[in-house]
Amino acid sequence: MSADDTYAVELKEVTFTRGSRTIFDSVDIRIPRGKVTGVMGPSGCGKTTLLRLIAAQLKPDSGQVWVNGRNLPELSRADLFDMRKQFGVLFQSGALFTDLDVFENVAFPLRVHTKLPDEMIRDIVLMKLEAVGLRGALELAPDELSGGMKRRVALARAIALDPQILLYDEPFVGQDPIAMGVLVRLIRLLSDTLGITSILVSHDLAETASIADYLYVVGDSQVLGQGTPAELMNSENPRIRQFMQGIPDGPVPFHYPAPDYRTDLLGGD
Amino acid sequence: MRKVLPLLERVRLLGRSGLDVLEALGRSTLFLLRVLLGRGQFGSGFQLLVRQLYSVGVLSLPIIVVSGVFIGMVLSLQGYNILSSYGSEQAVGQMVALTLLRELGPVVTALLFAGRAGSALAAEIGNMKSTEQLSSLEMIGVDPLKYIIAPRLWAGFISMPLLAMIFSVVGIWGGAMVAVDWLGVYDGSFWANMQNSVSFSEDVLNGVIKSVVFAFVVTWIAVFQGYDCEPTSEGISRATTRTVVYASLAVLGLDFILTALMFGDF
Repeated sequence: MSADDTYAVELKEVTFTRGSRTIFDSVDIRIPRGKVTGVMGPSGCGKTTLLRLIAAQLKPDSGQVWVNGRNLPELSRADLFDMRKQFGVLFQSGALFTDLDVFENVAFPLRVHTKLPDEMIRDIVLMKLEAVGLRGALELAPDELSGGMKRRVALARAIALDPQILLYDEPFVGQDPIAMGVLVRLIRLLSDTLGITSILVSHDLAETASIADYLYVVGDSQVLGQGTPAELMNSENPRIRQFMQGIPDGPVPFHYPAPDYRTDLLGGD
Repeated sequence: MRKVLPLLERVRLLGRSGLDVLEALGRSTLFLLRVLLGRGQFGSGFQLLVRQLYSVGVLSLPIIVVSGVFIGMVLSLQGYNILSSYGSEQAVGQMVALTLLRELGPVVTALLFAGRAGSALAAEIGNMKSTEQLSSLEMIGVDPLKYIIAPRLWAGFISMPLLAMIFSVVGIWGGAMVAVDWLGVYDGSFWANMQNSVSFSEDVLNGVIKSVVFAFVVTWIAVFQGYDCEPTSEGISRATTRTVVYASLAVLGLDFILTALMFGDF
Protein backbone atom coordinates (compact mmCIF):
# COMPACT_ATOMS: atom_id res chain seq x y z
CA MET A 1 0.00 0.00 0.00
CA SER A 2 0.98 3.58 -0.52
CA ALA A 3 2.55 4.80 2.68
CA ASP A 4 1.27 8.31 3.05
CA ASP A 5 -1.62 10.45 1.84
CA THR A 6 0.51 13.59 1.87
CA TYR A 7 2.15 12.33 -1.29
CA ALA A 8 0.26 12.16 -4.58
CA VAL A 9 2.98 10.18 -6.36
CA GLU A 10 5.57 7.84 -4.90
CA LEU A 11 8.29 6.01 -6.77
CA LYS A 12 9.79 3.24 -4.69
CA GLU A 13 13.07 1.61 -5.69
CA VAL A 14 12.31 2.13 -9.35
CA THR A 15 14.82 0.70 -11.78
CA PHE A 16 14.52 1.33 -15.49
CA THR A 17 16.95 0.29 -18.20
CA ARG A 18 16.94 0.97 -21.91
CA GLY A 19 19.05 -1.57 -23.79
CA SER A 20 22.30 -1.83 -21.85
CA ARG A 21 21.93 1.65 -20.33
CA THR A 22 20.56 2.04 -16.81
CA ILE A 23 18.43 5.20 -16.73
CA PHE A 24 17.30 4.82 -13.12
CA ASP A 25 18.84 2.55 -10.52
CA SER A 26 16.59 1.94 -7.52
CA VAL A 27 15.32 5.50 -7.34
CA ASP A 28 12.94 6.80 -4.62
CA ILE A 29 10.95 9.96 -5.33
CA ARG A 30 7.97 11.33 -3.40
CA ILE A 31 5.83 14.12 -4.84
CA PRO A 32 3.89 16.10 -2.21
CA ARG A 33 0.19 16.58 -2.87
CA GLY A 34 -0.97 20.04 -3.98
CA LYS A 35 2.55 21.43 -4.44
CA VAL A 36 4.73 22.28 -7.42
CA THR A 37 7.63 19.83 -7.55
CA GLY A 38 10.46 20.35 -9.98
CA VAL A 39 12.59 17.51 -11.31
CA MET A 40 15.83 18.87 -12.68
CA GLY A 41 18.99 17.48 -14.14
CA PRO A 42 21.28 17.71 -17.13
CA SER A 43 19.95 16.87 -20.62
CA GLY A 44 19.68 13.15 -21.28
CA CYS A 45 19.59 12.16 -17.60
CA GLY A 46 16.12 10.63 -17.97
CA LYS A 47 13.81 13.41 -16.83
CA THR A 48 11.23 12.80 -19.54
CA THR A 49 11.56 9.04 -18.90
CA LEU A 50 10.67 9.77 -15.27
CA LEU A 51 7.56 11.61 -16.38
CA ARG A 52 6.57 8.70 -18.61
CA LEU A 53 7.11 6.28 -15.73
CA ILE A 54 4.81 8.36 -13.52
CA ALA A 55 2.21 8.47 -16.30
CA ALA A 56 2.68 4.69 -16.83
CA GLN A 57 3.56 5.13 -20.48
CA LEU A 58 6.67 3.16 -19.57
CA LYS A 59 6.90 0.20 -17.21
CA PRO A 60 9.80 0.04 -14.75
CA ASP A 61 11.99 -3.08 -14.76
CA SER A 62 11.42 -3.26 -11.02
CA GLY A 63 9.97 -1.11 -8.27
CA GLN A 64 6.63 0.50 -7.61
CA VAL A 65 4.96 3.65 -8.92
CA TRP A 66 2.12 4.64 -6.58
CA VAL A 67 -0.34 7.28 -7.74
CA ASN A 68 -3.24 8.15 -5.46
CA GLY A 69 -2.97 4.82 -3.70
CA ARG A 70 -2.65 2.56 -6.76
CA ASN A 71 0.49 0.87 -8.02
CA LEU A 72 0.44 1.65 -11.75
CA PRO A 73 2.69 -1.15 -13.10
CA GLU A 74 0.17 -3.68 -11.70
CA LEU A 75 -2.87 -2.18 -13.45
CA SER A 76 -4.38 -3.67 -16.60
CA ARG A 77 -4.34 -1.66 -19.84
CA ALA A 78 -8.02 -0.77 -19.42
CA ASP A 79 -7.57 0.31 -15.77
CA LEU A 80 -4.58 2.39 -16.79
CA PHE A 81 -6.58 4.32 -19.38
CA ASP A 82 -9.18 4.91 -16.69
CA MET A 83 -6.54 6.03 -14.20
CA ARG A 84 -5.06 8.48 -16.68
CA LYS A 85 -8.15 10.68 -16.42
CA GLN A 86 -6.59 11.89 -13.17
CA PHE A 87 -3.58 13.19 -15.09
CA GLY A 88 -3.07 16.20 -17.29
CA VAL A 89 0.12 16.31 -19.31
CA LEU A 90 1.70 19.26 -21.03
CA PHE A 91 4.03 17.82 -23.64
CA GLN A 92 7.13 19.62 -24.83
CA SER A 93 5.68 20.18 -28.30
CA GLY A 94 2.16 20.92 -27.05
CA ALA A 95 0.97 17.85 -28.99
CA LEU A 96 -2.22 19.53 -30.18
CA PHE A 97 -4.32 17.45 -32.58
CA THR A 98 -3.55 19.03 -35.93
CA ASP A 99 -6.87 18.11 -37.53
CA LEU A 100 -8.89 19.93 -34.82
CA ASP A 101 -9.11 23.67 -34.12
CA VAL A 102 -8.32 25.23 -30.74
CA PHE A 103 -11.88 24.86 -29.45
CA GLU A 104 -12.16 21.19 -30.43
CA ASN A 105 -8.71 20.42 -29.02
CA VAL A 106 -9.76 21.68 -25.59
CA ALA A 107 -13.21 20.10 -25.92
CA PHE A 108 -11.76 16.70 -26.90
CA PRO A 109 -11.27 15.21 -23.39
CA LEU A 110 -14.74 16.43 -22.40
CA ARG A 111 -16.39 14.87 -25.45
CA VAL A 112 -14.58 11.57 -24.87
CA HIS A 113 -15.12 11.19 -21.14
CA THR A 114 -18.33 13.04 -20.35
CA LYS A 115 -21.85 13.11 -21.67
CA LEU A 116 -22.23 16.85 -21.12
CA PRO A 117 -24.48 18.77 -23.51
CA ASP A 118 -22.79 20.90 -26.16
CA GLU A 119 -23.66 24.20 -24.45
CA MET A 120 -21.98 23.11 -21.24
CA ILE A 121 -18.90 21.84 -23.07
CA ARG A 122 -18.72 25.22 -24.81
CA ASP A 123 -18.87 27.05 -21.47
CA ILE A 124 -16.17 24.88 -19.90
CA VAL A 125 -13.89 25.26 -22.94
CA LEU A 126 -14.34 29.04 -22.87
CA MET A 127 -13.48 29.09 -19.16
CA LYS A 128 -10.35 27.02 -19.66
CA LEU A 129 -9.26 29.16 -22.62
CA GLU A 130 -9.95 32.31 -20.61
CA ALA A 131 -7.70 30.94 -17.86
CA VAL A 132 -4.79 30.71 -20.33
CA GLY A 133 -5.71 34.00 -22.04
CA LEU A 134 -6.68 32.51 -25.40
CA ARG A 135 -10.47 32.71 -25.44
CA GLY A 136 -10.22 34.87 -28.57
CA ALA A 137 -8.24 32.18 -30.44
CA LEU A 138 -10.84 29.42 -30.26
CA GLU A 139 -11.40 29.19 -33.99
CA LEU A 140 -7.73 29.12 -34.97
CA ALA A 141 -6.02 25.97 -36.25
CA PRO A 142 -2.92 24.72 -34.36
CA ASP A 143 -0.62 25.73 -37.23
CA GLU A 144 -1.79 29.34 -36.89
CA LEU A 145 -0.51 29.54 -33.30
CA SER A 146 2.94 30.52 -32.05
CA GLY A 147 4.93 28.02 -29.96
CA GLY A 148 3.96 29.72 -26.71
CA MET A 149 0.27 29.85 -27.66
CA LYS A 150 0.32 26.15 -28.58
CA ARG A 151 1.57 25.30 -25.11
CA ARG A 152 -1.10 27.46 -23.51
CA VAL A 153 -3.84 25.75 -25.55
CA ALA A 154 -2.31 22.40 -24.59
CA LEU A 155 -2.42 23.53 -20.96
CA ALA A 156 -6.10 24.45 -21.32
CA ARG A 157 -6.71 20.95 -22.75
CA ALA A 158 -4.69 19.34 -19.96
CA ILE A 159 -6.89 21.00 -17.30
CA ALA A 160 -10.16 20.42 -19.19
CA LEU A 161 -11.14 17.49 -16.96
CA ASP A 162 -9.85 19.16 -13.78
CA PRO A 163 -7.08 16.62 -13.19
CA GLN A 164 -5.53 16.03 -9.80
CA ILE A 165 -2.00 15.80 -11.14
CA LEU A 166 -0.43 17.91 -13.88
CA LEU A 167 2.80 16.82 -15.52
CA TYR A 168 4.87 19.39 -17.41
CA ASP A 169 7.57 18.16 -19.79
CA GLU A 170 10.15 20.92 -20.35
CA PRO A 171 7.52 23.67 -20.52
CA PHE A 172 10.03 26.50 -20.95
CA VAL A 173 12.15 25.13 -23.80
CA GLY A 174 12.26 27.41 -26.84
CA GLN A 175 10.03 30.10 -25.33
CA ASP A 176 10.63 33.82 -25.58
CA PRO A 177 10.86 35.70 -22.25
CA ILE A 178 7.24 36.89 -22.40
CA ALA A 179 5.81 33.44 -23.16
CA MET A 180 8.05 31.98 -20.46
CA GLY A 181 6.80 34.54 -17.93
CA VAL A 182 3.19 33.76 -18.87
CA LEU A 183 3.74 30.01 -18.43
CA VAL A 184 5.53 30.43 -15.09
CA ARG A 185 2.64 32.53 -13.80
CA LEU A 186 0.03 30.07 -15.11
CA ILE A 187 1.65 27.00 -13.59
CA ARG A 188 1.87 28.65 -10.18
CA LEU A 189 -1.65 30.04 -10.46
CA LEU A 190 -3.17 26.66 -11.40
CA SER A 191 -1.46 24.97 -8.51
CA ASP A 192 -2.48 27.63 -5.98
CA THR A 193 -6.08 28.11 -7.06
CA LEU A 194 -7.06 24.54 -8.01
CA GLY A 195 -4.81 22.67 -5.58
CA ILE A 196 -3.37 20.61 -8.42
CA THR A 197 -0.24 18.56 -7.79
CA SER A 198 2.24 19.79 -10.39
CA ILE A 199 5.33 17.89 -11.49
CA LEU A 200 7.65 19.96 -13.57
CA VAL A 201 10.48 18.36 -15.50
CA SER A 202 12.93 20.95 -16.71
CA HIS A 203 16.53 22.01 -16.98
CA ASP A 204 15.68 25.72 -16.91
CA LEU A 205 17.07 26.45 -13.51
CA ALA A 206 15.89 29.98 -12.75
CA GLU A 207 12.27 29.49 -13.87
CA THR A 208 11.85 26.13 -12.19
CA ALA A 209 13.44 27.27 -8.95
CA SER A 210 11.21 30.36 -8.95
CA ILE A 211 7.94 28.40 -8.88
CA ALA A 212 8.80 25.02 -7.36
CA ASP A 213 8.04 24.30 -3.71
CA TYR A 214 10.34 21.31 -3.75
CA LEU A 215 13.10 20.19 -6.12
CA TYR A 216 14.71 16.91 -7.08
CA VAL A 217 18.01 16.85 -8.97
CA VAL A 218 18.57 13.63 -10.89
CA GLY A 219 21.62 12.38 -12.75
CA ASP A 220 23.83 9.29 -13.02
CA SER A 221 20.73 7.08 -12.64
CA GLN A 222 20.25 8.42 -9.11
CA VAL A 223 18.56 11.19 -7.19
CA LEU A 224 21.53 13.45 -6.53
CA GLY A 225 19.71 15.71 -4.15
CA GLN A 226 16.38 17.04 -2.99
CA GLY A 227 15.04 19.94 -1.00
CA THR A 228 13.59 23.40 -1.34
CA PRO A 229 15.20 25.58 -4.03
CA ALA A 230 17.06 27.57 -1.33
CA GLU A 231 18.43 24.40 0.27
CA LEU A 232 19.72 23.09 -3.04
CA MET A 233 21.28 26.44 -3.98
CA ASN A 234 23.38 26.22 -0.82
CA SER A 235 24.16 22.52 -1.16
CA GLU A 236 27.70 21.36 -0.45
CA ASN A 237 27.38 18.42 -2.85
CA PRO A 238 29.75 19.25 -5.75
CA ARG A 239 27.47 17.67 -8.39
CA ILE A 240 24.45 19.67 -7.24
CA ARG A 241 26.55 22.82 -6.97
CA GLN A 242 27.84 22.35 -10.50
CA PHE A 243 24.31 22.00 -11.83
CA MET A 244 22.71 24.75 -9.77
CA GLN A 245 25.47 27.21 -10.59
CA GLY A 246 25.95 26.17 -14.21
CA ILE A 247 29.69 25.41 -13.97
CA PRO A 248 30.83 23.90 -17.33
CA ASP A 249 33.38 21.40 -15.98
CA GLY A 250 33.34 19.47 -12.74
CA PRO A 251 31.96 16.15 -11.57
CA VAL A 252 29.92 16.20 -14.82
CA PRO A 253 32.84 16.41 -17.25
CA PHE A 254 32.95 18.82 -20.19
CA HIS A 255 34.56 16.13 -22.37
CA TYR A 256 32.83 13.01 -23.60
CA PRO A 257 34.98 9.99 -22.62
CA ALA A 258 37.80 9.72 -25.19
CA PRO A 259 41.27 8.16 -25.48
CA ASP A 260 44.26 10.31 -24.57
CA TYR A 261 44.32 13.44 -26.76
CA ARG A 262 48.04 13.25 -27.59
CA THR A 263 47.93 9.54 -28.44
CA ASP A 264 44.84 10.12 -30.56
CA LEU A 265 46.48 12.93 -32.55
CA LEU A 266 49.76 11.09 -33.14
CA GLY A 267 48.49 7.57 -33.51
CA GLY A 268 45.82 8.02 -36.22
CA ASP A 269 46.28 6.16 -39.53
CA MET B 1 39.15 2.41 -44.91
CA ARG B 2 36.66 -0.43 -45.06
CA LYS B 3 36.94 -2.93 -42.24
CA VAL B 4 36.69 -6.60 -43.12
CA LEU B 5 34.49 -8.31 -40.57
CA PRO B 6 35.63 -11.68 -39.26
CA LEU B 7 33.44 -14.63 -40.22
CA LEU B 8 32.07 -15.11 -36.74
CA GLU B 9 31.03 -11.47 -36.56
CA ARG B 10 29.17 -11.83 -39.87
CA VAL B 11 27.36 -14.92 -38.62
CA ARG B 12 26.45 -13.00 -35.47
CA LEU B 13 25.09 -10.08 -37.51
CA LEU B 14 23.09 -12.46 -39.70
CA GLY B 15 21.60 -14.08 -36.61
CA ARG B 16 20.86 -10.66 -35.10
CA SER B 17 18.99 -9.48 -38.21
CA GLY B 18 17.07 -12.78 -38.31
CA LEU B 19 16.02 -12.27 -34.69
CA ASP B 20 15.08 -8.64 -35.46
CA VAL B 21 12.79 -9.79 -38.27
CA LEU B 22 11.12 -12.37 -36.01
CA GLU B 23 10.72 -9.80 -33.26
CA ALA B 24 9.12 -7.29 -35.65
CA LEU B 25 6.74 -10.02 -36.90
CA GLY B 26 5.74 -10.82 -33.33
CA ARG B 27 5.27 -7.16 -32.47
CA SER B 28 3.15 -6.52 -35.54
CA THR B 29 0.96 -9.56 -34.80
CA LEU B 30 0.37 -8.47 -31.20
CA PHE B 31 -0.34 -4.96 -32.48
CA LEU B 32 -2.93 -6.30 -34.93
CA LEU B 33 -4.60 -8.45 -32.27
CA ARG B 34 -4.81 -5.50 -29.89
CA VAL B 35 -6.36 -3.31 -32.59
CA LEU B 36 -8.90 -5.94 -33.66
CA LEU B 37 -9.77 -7.55 -30.34
CA GLY B 38 -9.36 -4.80 -27.72
CA ARG B 39 -12.55 -3.39 -26.25
CA GLY B 40 -13.91 -0.24 -27.88
CA GLN B 41 -14.15 2.82 -25.72
CA PHE B 42 -14.95 5.69 -28.00
CA GLY B 43 -18.53 6.23 -29.10
CA SER B 44 -18.02 8.02 -32.38
CA GLY B 45 -16.21 5.08 -34.04
CA PHE B 46 -18.51 5.10 -37.05
CA GLN B 47 -17.85 8.78 -37.72
CA LEU B 48 -14.10 8.18 -37.57
CA LEU B 49 -14.45 5.25 -39.96
CA VAL B 50 -16.42 7.32 -42.47
CA ARG B 51 -13.77 10.05 -42.38
CA GLN B 52 -11.05 7.50 -43.05
CA LEU B 53 -13.08 5.79 -45.79
CA TYR B 54 -13.12 9.17 -47.47
CA SER B 55 -9.40 9.89 -47.16
CA VAL B 56 -8.21 6.33 -47.81
CA GLY B 57 -10.85 5.19 -50.31
CA VAL B 58 -12.54 8.09 -52.05
CA LEU B 59 -9.35 10.09 -52.49
CA SER B 60 -7.70 7.04 -54.10
CA LEU B 61 -10.44 6.87 -56.73
CA PRO B 62 -8.84 9.17 -59.34
CA ILE B 63 -5.57 7.21 -59.54
CA ILE B 64 -7.46 3.90 -59.59
CA VAL B 65 -9.87 4.98 -62.32
CA VAL B 66 -7.21 6.56 -64.56
CA SER B 67 -4.85 3.58 -64.18
CA GLY B 68 -7.71 1.12 -64.74
CA VAL B 69 -8.76 2.77 -68.00
CA PHE B 70 -5.23 2.86 -69.37
CA ILE B 71 -4.41 -0.71 -68.37
CA GLY B 72 -7.65 -1.95 -69.96
CA MET B 73 -6.82 -0.03 -73.13
CA VAL B 74 -3.27 -1.41 -73.31
CA LEU B 75 -4.47 -4.96 -72.68
CA SER B 76 -7.01 -4.62 -75.43
CA LEU B 77 -4.50 -3.21 -77.87
CA GLN B 78 -1.88 -5.90 -77.18
CA GLY B 79 -4.51 -8.63 -77.16
CA TYR B 80 -5.94 -7.49 -80.47
CA ASN B 81 -2.49 -7.47 -82.12
CA ILE B 82 -1.75 -11.03 -81.02
CA LEU B 83 -5.23 -12.54 -81.42
CA SER B 84 -5.87 -10.99 -84.83
CA SER B 85 -2.89 -12.88 -86.26
CA TYR B 86 -4.82 -16.07 -85.41
CA GLY B 87 -8.10 -14.57 -86.67
CA SER B 88 -9.65 -14.69 -83.22
CA GLU B 89 -9.81 -11.02 -82.33
CA GLN B 90 -13.35 -11.44 -81.00
CA ALA B 91 -11.79 -13.21 -77.99
CA VAL B 92 -10.15 -9.96 -76.92
CA GLY B 93 -13.06 -9.21 -74.54
CA GLN B 94 -12.57 -12.54 -72.80
CA MET B 95 -8.84 -11.93 -72.48
CA VAL B 96 -9.21 -8.40 -71.08
CA ALA B 97 -11.89 -9.43 -68.58
CA LEU B 98 -10.10 -12.52 -67.29
CA THR B 99 -6.75 -10.75 -66.98
CA LEU B 100 -8.31 -7.87 -65.07
CA LEU B 101 -10.61 -9.87 -62.80
CA ARG B 102 -8.15 -12.60 -61.92
CA GLU B 103 -4.87 -10.71 -61.76
CA LEU B 104 -4.41 -7.09 -62.66
CA GLY B 105 -7.46 -5.72 -60.86
CA PRO B 106 -6.50 -6.92 -57.38
CA VAL B 107 -2.71 -6.72 -57.85
CA VAL B 108 -2.37 -3.30 -59.51
CA THR B 109 -4.98 -1.81 -57.18
CA ALA B 110 -3.05 -3.13 -54.19
CA LEU B 111 0.24 -1.71 -55.54
CA LEU B 112 -1.34 1.67 -56.27
CA PHE B 113 -3.09 1.63 -52.91
CA ALA B 114 0.21 0.91 -51.15
CA GLY B 115 1.82 3.82 -53.00
CA ARG B 116 -0.94 6.36 -52.42
CA ALA B 117 -2.92 5.47 -49.32
CA GLY B 118 -0.42 3.13 -47.58
CA SER B 119 2.45 5.61 -47.62
CA ALA B 120 0.09 8.42 -46.53
CA LEU B 121 -1.19 6.32 -43.61
CA ALA B 122 2.32 5.45 -42.44
CA ALA B 123 3.49 9.07 -42.74
CA GLU B 124 0.42 10.45 -40.98
CA ILE B 125 0.62 8.03 -38.05
CA GLY B 126 4.41 8.45 -37.83
CA ASN B 127 3.98 12.21 -37.75
CA MET B 128 1.38 11.92 -35.00
CA LYS B 129 3.87 9.85 -33.04
CA SER B 130 6.73 12.30 -33.52
CA THR B 131 4.58 15.28 -32.49
CA GLU B 132 3.47 13.33 -29.38
CA GLN B 133 -0.18 13.32 -30.48
CA LEU B 134 -0.40 9.57 -29.84
CA SER B 135 1.11 9.96 -26.35
CA SER B 136 -1.22 12.86 -25.75
CA LEU B 137 -4.24 10.70 -26.64
CA GLU B 138 -3.03 8.00 -24.25
CA MET B 139 -2.74 10.56 -21.49
CA ILE B 140 -6.24 11.85 -22.14
CA GLY B 141 -7.31 8.27 -21.55
CA VAL B 142 -8.06 7.41 -25.17
CA ASP B 143 -6.41 4.34 -26.64
CA PRO B 144 -4.72 5.45 -29.90
CA LEU B 145 -5.06 1.89 -31.20
CA LYS B 146 -8.83 2.32 -31.07
CA TYR B 147 -9.09 5.97 -31.99
CA ILE B 148 -6.36 6.35 -34.64
CA ILE B 149 -5.33 2.89 -35.86
CA ALA B 150 -8.57 0.87 -35.91
CA PRO B 151 -10.60 3.23 -38.18
CA ARG B 152 -7.69 3.43 -40.64
CA LEU B 153 -7.25 -0.34 -40.66
CA TRP B 154 -10.96 -0.99 -41.27
CA ALA B 155 -11.11 1.76 -43.90
CA GLY B 156 -8.32 0.00 -45.80
CA PHE B 157 -9.99 -3.44 -45.47
CA ILE B 158 -13.27 -2.08 -46.76
CA SER B 159 -12.15 0.29 -49.47
CA MET B 160 -9.48 -1.69 -51.30
CA PRO B 161 -11.71 -4.56 -52.52
CA LEU B 162 -14.20 -1.94 -53.73
CA LEU B 163 -11.44 -0.04 -55.48
CA ALA B 164 -10.25 -3.28 -57.11
CA MET B 165 -13.76 -3.91 -58.46
CA ILE B 166 -13.96 -0.36 -59.80
CA PHE B 167 -10.52 -0.85 -61.37
CA SER B 168 -11.67 -3.99 -63.19
CA VAL B 169 -14.91 -2.38 -64.36
CA VAL B 170 -13.28 0.73 -65.82
CA GLY B 171 -10.49 -1.45 -67.23
CA ILE B 172 -13.02 -3.56 -69.12
CA TRP B 173 -14.71 -0.38 -70.29
CA GLY B 174 -11.35 1.01 -71.52
CA GLY B 175 -10.65 -2.30 -73.25
CA ALA B 176 -14.04 -2.23 -74.96
CA MET B 177 -13.45 1.34 -76.10
CA VAL B 178 -10.19 0.39 -77.85
CA ALA B 179 -11.33 -2.96 -79.27
CA VAL B 180 -14.89 -2.14 -80.27
CA ASP B 181 -14.86 1.58 -80.98
CA TRP B 182 -11.37 2.02 -82.41
CA LEU B 183 -10.24 -1.34 -83.76
CA GLY B 184 -13.64 -2.45 -85.04
CA VAL B 185 -14.12 -5.74 -83.18
CA TYR B 186 -17.81 -6.69 -83.42
CA ASP B 187 -19.32 -5.65 -80.11
CA GLY B 188 -21.71 -8.61 -79.96
CA SER B 189 -18.88 -11.14 -79.99
CA PHE B 190 -16.72 -8.97 -77.70
CA TRP B 191 -19.32 -9.01 -74.91
CA ALA B 192 -20.74 -12.49 -75.62
CA ASN B 193 -17.28 -14.10 -75.45
CA MET B 194 -16.66 -12.33 -72.21
CA GLN B 195 -19.99 -13.41 -70.75
CA ASN B 196 -19.52 -17.04 -71.77
CA SER B 197 -16.02 -17.42 -70.40
CA VAL B 198 -16.11 -15.43 -67.17
CA SER B 199 -17.44 -17.46 -64.28
CA PHE B 200 -18.71 -15.60 -61.23
CA SER B 201 -17.52 -18.12 -58.65
CA GLU B 202 -14.26 -18.95 -60.41
CA ASP B 203 -13.06 -15.56 -61.63
CA VAL B 204 -14.97 -12.70 -60.02
CA LEU B 205 -15.10 -14.18 -56.53
CA ASN B 206 -11.48 -15.34 -56.57
CA GLY B 207 -10.45 -11.85 -57.62
CA VAL B 208 -12.43 -10.37 -54.73
CA ILE B 209 -10.86 -12.85 -52.28
CA LYS B 210 -7.43 -11.83 -53.54
CA SER B 211 -8.15 -8.15 -53.06
CA VAL B 212 -9.50 -8.76 -49.55
CA VAL B 213 -6.25 -10.55 -48.63
CA PHE B 214 -4.16 -7.78 -50.21
CA ALA B 215 -6.23 -5.11 -48.44
CA PHE B 216 -5.59 -6.81 -45.12
CA VAL B 217 -1.84 -7.14 -45.65
CA VAL B 218 -1.18 -3.70 -47.20
CA THR B 219 -3.15 -1.76 -44.59
CA TRP B 220 -1.68 -3.79 -41.74
CA ILE B 221 1.86 -3.09 -42.97
CA ALA B 222 1.09 0.63 -43.43
CA VAL B 223 -0.44 1.28 -40.01
CA PHE B 224 2.14 -0.86 -38.21
CA GLN B 225 5.08 0.86 -39.91
CA GLY B 226 3.64 4.24 -38.96
CA TYR B 227 2.95 3.22 -35.37
CA ASP B 228 6.27 1.44 -34.89
CA CYS B 229 8.50 4.04 -36.56
CA GLU B 230 11.21 6.00 -34.84
CA PRO B 231 9.63 9.38 -34.04
CA THR B 232 12.05 11.45 -36.13
CA SER B 233 11.86 12.78 -39.69
CA GLU B 234 14.30 10.05 -40.78
CA GLY B 235 12.22 7.42 -39.02
CA ILE B 236 9.05 8.59 -40.76
CA SER B 237 10.69 8.56 -44.18
CA ARG B 238 12.00 5.03 -43.51
CA ALA B 239 8.49 3.95 -42.46
CA THR B 240 6.89 5.25 -45.68
CA THR B 241 9.56 3.62 -47.84
CA ARG B 242 9.24 0.34 -45.97
CA THR B 243 5.47 0.45 -46.31
CA VAL B 244 5.63 0.68 -50.09
CA VAL B 245 8.45 -1.86 -50.46
CA TYR B 246 7.16 -4.48 -47.99
CA ALA B 247 3.55 -4.10 -49.13
CA SER B 248 4.47 -4.42 -52.82
CA LEU B 249 6.62 -7.51 -52.21
CA ALA B 250 3.95 -9.06 -49.98
CA VAL B 251 1.28 -8.45 -52.62
CA LEU B 252 3.33 -9.98 -55.43
CA GLY B 253 4.38 -12.97 -53.33
CA LEU B 254 0.89 -13.60 -52.00
CA ASP B 255 -0.54 -13.24 -55.50
CA PHE B 256 1.53 -16.18 -56.67
CA ILE B 257 0.51 -18.30 -53.69
CA LEU B 258 -3.18 -17.41 -54.05
CA THR B 259 -3.12 -17.98 -57.83
CA ALA B 260 -1.51 -21.38 -57.30
CA LEU B 261 -4.16 -22.29 -54.73
CA MET B 262 -7.08 -20.98 -56.78
CA PHE B 263 -6.18 -21.83 -60.33
CA GLY B 264 -3.28 -24.32 -60.10
CA ASP B 265 -3.92 -28.02 -60.57
CA PHE B 266 -2.27 -29.39 -57.47
